Amino acid sequence: MNRDISRRTKLVLYGVLMVLCIPFVFPTWWMVTSSLKPIADIFAFPPQLWPTDVQFDAYQRVFELQPFERQYFNSLYIALIVTVGTLAVSALSGYAFARIRFRGQNVLFLVVLAGLLIPSEVTIVPLFQMFFKLGLVDTHWPLILVPILGAPSVLATFIMRQFFISLPGELEEAARVDGLGRFATFWKIALPLSRPALGAVAIFTFLHSWNLYLEPIVFLSSPENFTLPQALTQFVDAYGGPMWNVQLAAASMTALPVLAVFVVAQKQFVEGLAHTGLKG
Amino acid sequence: MSETDTVAGRESARPATGGRTAEPAGPRRAGDRRPYWTARRRDQLTGYLFITPQLLGSAVFVILPLILVVWYSLHEWNVLAGTFDYVGAENYQALADDTNLPGVLKATGLFSIGLVIFNLALALLLAVLLNQRLRGSIVFRTLFFSPVVVSLVAWTIVWGFLLQDNGGINGLLDTIGVDGPNWLRGETTAMLSVIVVQVFKNVGLNMVLFLAALQGVPGELYEAAEVDGASRMRQFWRITVPLISPTILLTSIITVVGSLQVFAQIAVLTQGGPGTSTTVLVYYLYQQAFQFHHFGYGATLSIVLFAIVLALTVLQWQMRKRWVFHES
Repeated sequence: MNRDISRRTKLVLYGVLMVLCIPFVFPTWWMVTSSLKPIADIFAFPPQLWPTDVQFDAYQRVFELQPFERQYFNSLYIALIVTVGTLAVSALSGYAFARIRFRGQNVLFLVVLAGLLIPSEVTIVPLFQMFFKLGLVDTHWPLILVPILGAPSVLATFIMRQFFISLPGELEEAARVDGLGRFATFWKIALPLSRPALGAVAIFTFLHSWNLYLEPIVFLSSPENFTLPQALTQFVDAYGGPMWNVQLAAASMTALPVLAVFVVAQKQFVEGLAHTGLKG
Repeated sequence: MSETDTVAGRESARPATGGRTAEPAGPRRAGDRRPYWTARRRDQLTGYLFITPQLLGSAVFVILPLILVVWYSLHEWNVLAGTFDYVGAENYQALADDTNLPGVLKATGLFSIGLVIFNLALALLLAVLLNQRLRGSIVFRTLFFSPVVVSLVAWTIVWGFLLQDNGGINGLLDTIGVDGPNWLRGETTAMLSVIVVQVFKNVGLNMVLFLAALQGVPGELYEAAEVDGASRMRQFWRITVPLISPTILLTSIITVVGSLQVFAQIAVLTQGGPGTSTTVLVYYLYQQAFQFHHFGYGATLSIVLFAIVLALTVLQWQMRKRWVFHES
């Protein structure tokens, strides 16, 4: 509907967009400003849209109540390993399913694809029992191994396969005539060309790992092993009530770095994800 | 993709399976017997090696647990006592007798239906608005999309804070003279709250998919419709919707399956309450297995979840035939 529109319509459109923005932007604004308020001002009436008495106490308390820096590190290193691991696994198998011909290819692809049908919640009970028997409960292994090799990476493999199928074959053929082996062709020709798909897979894999909540609370029990989403809900007082300013300070520290990266690289983010959706 | 297009965009009519046409002939002595490791065999081996990690992973972390979940549903596991006893169909009998289950299934259904309707309608509305010729639409797109990258539990915590009886929403309502309800404690408002929080979190994803689809609709169609005197509304229903129907189907599948997996929002906002009004299936499964340690019953509930996902996927695939508009 890319047609020219009158000025009046434009003004109305801007007004509508601005009102619609509120529920998307206000919560984040409220989270950050409230985390800077003293506890007495948090429930002030009328609500303070701008903190009058800025304090950083809550931010200090976050680190006193829990090993928050450790939990931050846990989330970060797990998400990075999962992202790199998923890229490796999905690029290799996506390439093989798209470009190499081998016996049983279609059947094997269907076996892998079954993972798309099975939400990880369906298998959480047996996975817990498997890791329990291996003595790996309350370690990070389940949070690393399952996403890289299990159901979450199947979608990544599917996206990579779709991408490699759409890639024109001439360059690779030229490389192979020149005597490059299969792996070298993959590594030097196909992989560099697949940067858009790799970027999209990296983004959604990182976000997925960063947001995991069910798996950490099932598998982890000691606070120093916790990941961020799980740690955020632990800031409660002696009566089990949430310590709001501390919780909001911790939530701000969890949300803002990713949000900042997003604002800087939003074009790649949005288009990358749109791209994967359309390919799928 | 511009990079790819410029480098190798010429004449790519050949099927993309590649490899077969241009195998380098390995060192082959004239008249000798052929070496076992021909280029073709080497290529096959590479194929198997490339898929090994994914295949092993699928076997160990997807297929095996899926078989085990059936096996476990016939057993009761006591972690503390270390016992694992065969109980036959007892867990399935429990399923039939479970007085909570109708409430749980109702909550799951209401959540999914509410989420899909709100999410797709809002996503389409935002996409259509952003698809107009407007300066600064990138800024608005960024704002609408931003909750997608805010960490889920952080987002949910803020909404929990806003939705309290004395929280920000009721504070704002009060300033305009409306006495707001205790959102998370009323049966209807709790479900509504959970849906709304989830919609604002993720609607940006569907919006972007719709936006991409809208940009693929050729403008001449609208011009032709304009000449014929069709109203904007009519153009939307007769041109836009049919042409982007594949995307509508895709987003509805993603959203429905995603809605069945919702967990963190429930755990943080309502803990399934009040009553079982927001206890969706995954939350109930978690409670039974990991809070009450009824692992066998948890496995049985997993099978129910799997059956629902499977049925919905098949149904949506069937709908594709009669619903999606095909250009070719």
